[in-house]
Amino acid sequence: MSTVINIPSSLDDAGIEKVLEQLATVPADAPVLLDARHARWASPYGLTAMLAIGQSRLEKATFSGPEAEEVASYWARTGFYKHAEGIFHLSGHVPKGRTPGESEVLLEVTPIAASEDVHNVVARIQHKAQQILQNLHIDSKATMGFAMTLSEACQNIIEHAGTGGWVAVQVYEWRKRLGRRVVVIAVTDAGQGFRRSLETTQGRRLTDRWDDGTALEEAVLRGVSRFTDKGRGQGLAGIRRYVGRWDGKLTVRSGTARLAIIPTWDDDIPLTKNLPAFPGAQMQIVIPERLTR
Amino acid sequence: MIHHIDLGSVLRGSVSEQYTNLVTRPTGKSVRGAIEALLGDDEDGDAVTVIDFTHVGLLDFSCADEIIAKLLQRYDAREPADAPAAVYFIFRGLNDLHIEAIEWVLQHHGLALVAEPADGEPHLIGAVDDDERMVWSMVGRIGACTALVVAEQAGFEPYRAERALVDLWHRRLLRCENGQFLAARVAS
Repeated sequence: MSTVINIPSSLDDAGIEKVLEQLATVPADAPVLLDARHARWASPYGLTAMLAIGQSRLEKATFSGPEAEEVASYWARTGFYKHAEGIFHLSGHVPKGRTPGESEVLLEVTPIAASEDVHNVVARIQHKAQQILQNLHIDSKATMGFAMTLSEACQNIIEHAGTGGWVAVQVYEWRKRLGRRVVVIAVTDAGQGFRRSLETTQGRRLTDRWDDGTALEEAVLRGVSRFTDKGRGQGLAGIRRYVGRWDGKLTVRSGTARLAIIPTWDDDIPLTKNLPAFPGAQMQIVIPERLTR
Repeated sequence: MIHHIDLGSVLRGSVSEQYTNLVTRPTGKSVRGAIEALLGDDEDGDAVTVIDFTHVGLLDFSCADEIIAKLLQRYDAREPADAPAAVYFIFRGLNDLHIEAIEWVLQHHGLALVAEPADGEPHLIGAVDDDERMVWSMVGRIGACTALVVAEQAGFEPYRAERALVDLWHRRLLRCENGQFLAARVAS
């Protein structure tokens, strides 16, 4: 008998936490039904994290998608179903014959497993990003920085996850939270996560307070990498710099902790610990529209 | 001996014909390996090598670290453990975003390079102090000269000028021939 996990109507980072809370007591090898029939909205983070949840299950989970036609259709256009087919047993309404890619989907849900995947993602994003970021009053120089940021975020999977992951980029209106449009990058995997990645470094001294939160602080704030060569760890530092320059927000969740680099327009918590455990790392970057005077 | 290395061609030849962007560490490692193989053919040493970014699209931090930082470190005579023959690099075709990624990794490693823009004067990018920047510009302006000449022109004590010049030479940002320091240049 499968445990039913209710997917909230709004599947964003907060919605994913609600899913993980429900999954916390269910063993990874137990059957689950992820019930998204009543979902109305999903962010790139929600969609990619849902795939990572599927990846993390030892017993293939069943996924029941949104019943509302326009929602299901949108999820299909993001490329979600294309990959969900291989990860879940799909039940209920499964939209067919939808071609991924529409104007607000800057990059559909895309698997990242190797260096060539990053090349392909960067090449695909460059042209479209220029057009869309200009609409957000973010200048053309930022487009290349955006692609660099995306590249570094994706490489984090290849270098540290030990498994494949997912990336998606989308532009949408953040009316309630910000009253502006935003471009959102989500990069998620269900791999080994930051703590275990850093623990693989020989000779690393593990202190009493060593945990997922400390590992995130080391990696994201201090640029520490499992690789000992001095040039490592600059990718995340570069992401932080880009996000800071464009008044953006960066959140990284790994294991039981979540770290946020918070802009003035947001009131998130810098470091949250004791979250429900989830493998891998889940990164979200939000770049808001520039206000013109 | 002067090498001209079109990085776009090296990328396509060593990684993929389809690529124009220098992204990811594996790509950087392959490209650096190809550059080192090209340089390895030159047994004479004291070569000037132009690294041309004109046909490179995006350069990310990881690739900049893997190509630029590691290449400069390998030929840096301050770390002579396995430093090969002297090679002087000149970087051309850099756009603002290439420079941003490169500057970031150079500062991180305490390295510097010579950039030669198409429409401006050669200049240093990266970690150089005020003395080094000043004497480097001076040598570029007045041509081959001794540390004493530079000291007089700069109003430095001779030891101060010499220290900066020798450091720039060891970092392969200046050449040194018969006690005279000179810029590494290529006739255009």
